[in-house]
Amino acid sequence: MKKSLKARNNDLANTERQLEILSNGIFKDELSTFANKIKETNQFPLRPKKLEILQINLGYMCNQVCAHCHVDAGPDRKEIMTIETMNQCLEVIKKTDAHTLDLTGGAPEMNPNFRWFVEEASKAGIKDFIVRSNLTIIQANKKYHDLPDFFKKHNVHVVSSMPHWTRGKTDKQRGDGVFDKSIKALQMLNNVGYGKENSDLKLDLVYNPSGAFLPGDQKALENDFKKALKEDFNIDFHNLFAITNLPISRFLDYLIASENYEDYMHSLIEAYNPAAVENVMCTNTISVSWDGKLYDCDFNQMLNLKVNSKIKHIADYNEEILQNRDIIINQHCYGCTAGAGSSCQGVVA
Amino acid sequence: MSKTYYDPADLRKFGKITEWSEELGNKFFDYYGKVFEEGALSAREKSLIALAVAHTEQCPYCIDAYTKDGLQRGITKEEMMEAVHVGAAIKSGATLVHGVQMMNKVNKLEM
Repeated sequence: MKKSLKARNNDLANTERQLEILSNGIFKDELSTFANKIKETNQFPLRPKKLEILQINLGYMCNQVCAHCHVDAGPDRKEIMTIETMNQCLEVIKKTDAHTLDLTGGAPEMNPNFRWFVEEASKAGIKDFIVRSNLTIIQANKKYHDLPDFFKKHNVHVVSSMPHWTRGKTDKQRGDGVFDKSIKALQMLNNVGYGKENSDLKLDLVYNPSGAFLPGDQKALENDFKKALKEDFNIDFHNLFAITNLPISRFLDYLIASENYEDYMHSLIEAYNPAAVENVMCTNTISVSWDGKLYDCDFNQMLNLKVNSKIKHIADYNEEILQNRDIIINQHCYGCTAGAGSSCQGVVA
Repeated sequence: MSKTYYDPADLRKFGKITEWSEELGNKFFDYYGKVFEEGALSAREKSLIALAVAHTEQCPYCIDAYTKDGLQRGITKEEMMEAVHVGAAIKSGATLVHGVQMMNKVNKLEM
């Protein structure tokens, strides 16, 4: 199995090196920086709106090593949230105004306290409780086989990655055998009631392009996915979220190695949409890392760009103070403002 | 560095043609955009037609553009290659059907 950038001691495991690449080169003389771009439409500095989503990363450990992963997750990543930090998160979950709790990773299910945390968090009565599951984890080990029932019991909204409805494209991005395991896991989720029309057990898929190109129209892709997965495997799901790959971490490594970096940045900037800036996810989200630190979004977390606030840790959480901050931006933000925009909930414009 | 007639970076400058003829350029791009909208044919079908024509016209810019467009739409490489074969079949058929003209001429001229 492949290893993470970190395990390979790759230059790009260093977030400062990533930021250096994103701030130099074509952004020195050829292309407008993101800050200058949003100044054109008087959207600088970017400020938070009402907090809607609390996204918590339970750790970078994962059973997969996807080629595009912005987390640089993998089996060799040992950073996982402790029970102490989980308790600090639970205190916040009980009092936050956010209507959505979004657990992510890595594979969040690999955190040994995952089930306890879900049970406790579900008691807070948050309207939409998301777990981002990579699907194959359900098949990875016998101890995970009952996850569909566990999710159902706690009315968890399952959001899962699926880059294509064909085996070749999926396995190329996510690893050999991932497609077949993902199909089996989707069928298991369907069998307990997930993804069915009119079912309250929500099952959504996330589509990331498997290469140096942007996602097409979300609705058209959703229709194609639904048709193919139904015809070929009798699989049902609710919505497809088309998410743009941001030029950071392993995807940045891929872009540079394949000599696609400059063209990709041009594509993002040509597709820049000021309307997407208005609803970009950092304006309604707080991202919490495995060690309790706070970020404007999951991508800033992976670039180690902490919130510009005196509140920097979940233990000191104060929503009112946090909401009064400027959002940290850099050139990777073009990824969320291209075309119809991109967020963990799909398009935004 | 060797110079070539085609520079991939020129594709990004396509919009600049309006700078030297604004009205006609804008009319072209309005028309172009309208053509590729969803209609009686889906935008996906139109993308595959464009890819096939890009090959028969042997336009490197168009090939780059509609290969990328196809990937963005989730079109598979097998579908793309079949579309190119459609273009190739028409192109070769168009050549070969002229063989009938040649046959007619031969039949007319020979005793």
